[in-house]
Amino acid sequence: MKSHKPIVWGPFAAGGTLTAFLTPVLVALTLLQPQGLSYESMHAFAAHWAGKVVLAGAIFLSLWSAAHRLRITLYDLGLRADALAAAVLYGATLACTGAAAYYLVKI
Amino acid sequence: MTRNPYVRPISAREWVFRHPRYVRYMVREFSCLFIGGWTALMVWGLRALSEGPGAWTAFLQLLRSPAGIAFQLLTLAFALYHSVTWFNLTPKALPVPFIAAAHYALWAALSAGLAYLAS
Repeated sequence: MKSHKPIVWGPFAAGGTLTAFLTPVLVALTLLQPQGLSYESMHAFAAHWAGKVVLAGAIFLSLWSAAHRLRITLYDLGLRADALAAAVLYGATLACTGAAAYYLVKI
Repeated sequence: MTRNPYVRPISAREWVFRHPRYVRYMVREFSCLFIGGWTALMVWGLRALSEGPGAWTAFLQLLRSPAGIAFQLLTLAFALYHSVTWFNLTPKALPVPFIAAAHYALWAALSAGLAYLAS
């Protein structure tokens, strides 16, 4: 059987790199809430098609890498129902990304 | 190697606290709960953004609540730990001179650039 590993591992590596570069500064920004987080600025960013693509892509990669890492961690902690964990976690990632895409289209 | 090696069942409690290295590994792995949770919170924020200025202001206020601040501070600490461990592994993935230093420099530049754009 062909391995599915590259398919799940690729977005994990991409998301891990993306979150390593961006999550600390973004969390600092949501903590401090500068002018850039005003409704006008955020709405203008999310209303542009390029902003939508960037947001949807970043959300998908960040959630996927978190889901993949949690799956491996659950296995490390002794949970052997790996297929179930994978289905639930990757499924939640896709559902959450789908919700984000829906809100982005509405904006 | 035998085809089905015997693996003695071992509980997580037995191995995680056996060495500080394993504890650090688990701290790194648990960063995913905070990074993933914070990202889901941002999806909630997108919902607020799509509903209008009032909903967005309420979302920003939620982030400023004591629970919101505590969660974001924890996320910040775990996210920084994830970044440092991730960049420190880059020489193993790509054995090029100064590869970790290059990542740290790009990290600093991106963080400063985004902070400047948002200010």
